[in-house]
Amino acid sequence: MVVDTVDMKGLSDRLAATEVKGRSLWADARRRFIRNKAAVAGVIVLVAIALLSIFGDALAVWTNEEIDFNVIGQAAQLGYPSIENGHYFGTDDLGRDLYSRTLQGTRISLMVGIVGSFIAVIVGTLYGAISGYVGGRTDQIMMRIVDILLAIPFMFVIILLLVMFGRSIFLLFLGIGLLSWLNMARIVRGQTLSLKHKEYVEAAQATGVAGFVIVLRHIVPNLLGIVAVYATLLVPEMILTESFISFLGLGVQEPLTSLGALISEGAKTILYGTIWQLAYPLAFFVLTLFAFFFVGDGLRDALDPKDR
Amino acid sequence: MLVYIAKRLAVAVPTLMLLIIISFLLMHAAPGGPFTQERQLPAQVLANLEAKYGLDQPLWKQLASYVWGIIAHFDFGPSFIYKDRTVNEIVAQGFPVTLYYGFLSFLVAVFVGVSLGIAAAIRHNTWLDYLAVGVSIGAQVLPNFVMAPILLLTFTYWLRWLPGGGWEGGQWQYVIMPVIALSTSFMASIARITRASMLEVLTSNHIRTARAKGLPERKVIMRHALKPALLPVLSYLGPAFVTMITGSVVVDFFFSTGGIGKSFVDSALNRDYAVMLGITILVGSLTILFNLVVDILYAWIDPKIRY
Amino acid sequence: MALLDVKDLSVTFATPEGTVNAVNGVTFALDKGETLGIVGESGSGKSQLSFAIMGLLAKNGTATGSVIFDGKEILNAPPKVIGPIRAMKIAMIFQDPMTSLNPYMRVADQMAEVLTHHKGMAKAEAVTEAVRMLDAVKIPDAKGRVHLYPHEFSGGMRQRVMIAMSLLGRPELLIADEPTTALDVTVQAQIMKLLSELQRDFGMATILITHDLGVVAGFCEDVLVLYGGQVMEKSPVEPLFQMPAHPYSKGLLKAIPRVDQEGDELDSIPGSPPNMTNAPKGCPFAPRCDYVRDDCRERLNPLTQFAPDRWRACNRTLEEIA
Repeated sequence: MVVDTVDMKGLSDRLAATEVKGRSLWADARRRFIRNKAAVAGVIVLVAIALLSIFGDALAVWTNEEIDFNVIGQAAQLGYPSIENGHYFGTDDLGRDLYSRTLQGTRISLMVGIVGSFIAVIVGTLYGAISGYVGGRTDQIMMRIVDILLAIPFMFVIILLLVMFGRSIFLLFLGIGLLSWLNMARIVRGQTLSLKHKEYVEAAQATGVAGFVIVLRHIVPNLLGIVAVYATLLVPEMILTESFISFLGLGVQEPLTSLGALISEGAKTILYGTIWQLAYPLAFFVLTLFAFFFVGDGLRDALDPKDR
Repeated sequence: MLVYIAKRLAVAVPTLMLLIIISFLLMHAAPGGPFTQERQLPAQVLANLEAKYGLDQPLWKQLASYVWGIIAHFDFGPSFIYKDRTVNEIVAQGFPVTLYYGFLSFLVAVFVGVSLGIAAAIRHNTWLDYLAVGVSIGAQVLPNFVMAPILLLTFTYWLRWLPGGGWEGGQWQYVIMPVIALSTSFMASIARITRASMLEVLTSNHIRTARAKGLPERKVIMRHALKPALLPVLSYLGPAFVTMITGSVVVDFFFSTGGIGKSFVDSALNRDYAVMLGITILVGSLTILFNLVVDILYAWIDPKIRY
Repeated sequence: MALLDVKDLSVTFATPEGTVNAVNGVTFALDKGETLGIVGESGSGKSQLSFAIMGLLAKNGTATGSVIFDGKEILNAPPKVIGPIRAMKIAMIFQDPMTSLNPYMRVADQMAEVLTHHKGMAKAEAVTEAVRMLDAVKIPDAKGRVHLYPHEFSGGMRQRVMIAMSLLGRPELLIADEPTTALDVTVQAQIMKLLSELQRDFGMATILITHDLGVVAGFCEDVLVLYGGQVMEKSPVEPLFQMPAHPYSKGLLKAIPRVDQEGDELDSIPGSPPNMTNAPKGCPFAPRCDYVRDDCRERLNPLTQFAPDRWRACNRTLEEIA
């Protein structure tokens, strides 16, 4: 719900209007992006978080599954963050090391976000491009389907699915990805409609290039700008969705965890006085989301320079 | 206008049917029936149970009678777990509660969000603007399941101002924290959208015309800028409403408010498919109804839509 | 005393790319009932000039200098001062009637608003007055159509609505910013004819902003030729057409298609208007000028009088550029 579709519509209009003149659009965009301090900071933070989550385990004293029996049962008194016993971020109430659990959860959350938005982007782009390109009756029917699907409370359906078919990370990816392609499809369709009447597309049609090839060769590459922006803004939304499902206990299964699961554990145990159990995962969560928002906003502003 | 409403209705009804059918089929595609338990039931008992709930009938017949029950009697059938309770009874318990705090949160989010957004846009690049942007960015990354325990910790355990949970027929002390927890992130999004669209509208040509007429800035904004600036907010409200109802799950968990979210989670844990299905369909219909209202409001604001 | 006295008016915009000097020290005056054309290519600052007079600059714009209207300073005036002047004393017509009218409001409401706000008229009375004005701009069935929305009018009709709206307050000065640019050629002629009839009937002073010298010829008494935000030439219409005194005016004149001269190809001025972010310190037209000399690039040429009622900003003699 973070991505503002109307805003995206404006961007897509402007991107369609400024034909992609080879490299210049992207070169300009890069220049503007680099000048945007918040966006650059976002990139740096993201890279740092990604590196830490991938290589940070080398610094860990405990693995994410090990239980520190010295701490168990007295997490509030002994499980606080400290360098000496190797629990940099403290432990959870079961005595598991929060540092390695947070790193591991960050990996999962990033993966869910990126894979989920990848699915959404692929499905949404193809669906939208085809609908917009073919047009007419097909377009109407395809868009009506999107309208109908948008009215279904998907969060409930995902929960329904996860309960009925059992928890699995695959289903989670699929569910979250499928939940989010609808808006993407709408935006892409809109832009395809305006791209369709560009000279180079009409030229391709006149020379008898097959429709599907035109979509892949001429339409999709020109959609890259808007898709990039949307995808970046979709990642944090995915992470939020996953964390909500994890909160319900339907997300990834122990001993694996995700930021959402850690936060919900932290939130549920906050009254026992183990505030670090909420604080560290929440800090990673907030930093990651902020970074993605800033990068996405920066990308949008870079591709669509106007005073905001 | 009437034609337009009729057209939207013509879309809404099949959408609803489709929702019912999809959810119903999903439920029946699930591996293992509702009576699959760790302790295997004797075959005869299982058969009797299935007969009682009509599960031995052909699928289409089950579907038909289910749909007919909803349309004709607004009857979602019996619960699979609680032998003496129907889905209707279970839902009727939690739904009013959820609707109460849901709508209240919704109103708060819209009212505060829109006001904040407009104020920020009018005072563009002042401390008020920066504050509004800061708050709305911050609130966006604080989902309700983080807000709720923070509120509890602050107002119940530290300050001891508010009761830690319960509903008590919706007295204000019990409503206030659920509403804040539920509305904060939406308020933030609405403020952000309002601000962006107001800023855009304020640079548009017809606003310049309104200023050239000599209208004071207040009139320019209220009469000329507000309507177009609210259009994007309006289209955001549909999805926001769904997410808000979904947030009932969190609110009911932390504040023991006993809304629909609790029924849903309980039924999910118990594999009480009938209740899950009923709630999904009910929330879906509410969504569809809500989208219909939003569409009509949209058409009312934007005269170009009617044609 | 002149009705409008603009002195040394400059407009700058603060942008991320740097300061843009849109208008640089423009000075002119206009008497009651006079018509002035302001001509220049797009980007010459002519629209910003008119926005500055009306106090309608975008937020990042700053205006300096002085604009005296009817003896009162109105440049950067507070809302209390400029509010009652807008629409009642100085009205404005904008380039694009499609977007300049409020698409979410019925025409009746948009028009009536002017009168209910400034004159405290009752709504019904104001609408009657609006219908009368729509009749005056020759909108057929004005009474029936006043309750429609702008998108239900054609482009030409919309501009008529815009004109009618601007006349409601019986202004003493009308600023028309490219009133016909967004319209079809046939409609353009109709609108210009209407404007000139109305100007005569209402007797208001008019500033016509356009890129088209041809339009100016049929409408205005005086012309201000603007380039790079500076006045290049100021002159009554006829002598300017007979003998343009600035290379840029010459170029503009050559670019008008004429039916009475056969054969010749239509000339255009080579190059494009300057980037106003880093305006050259000399004459802004120097890079495109056929008669350019080194000193043109070095310093600005002041606007100097060379004949009764005629001024020019060029350091070459008239003979040299003839």
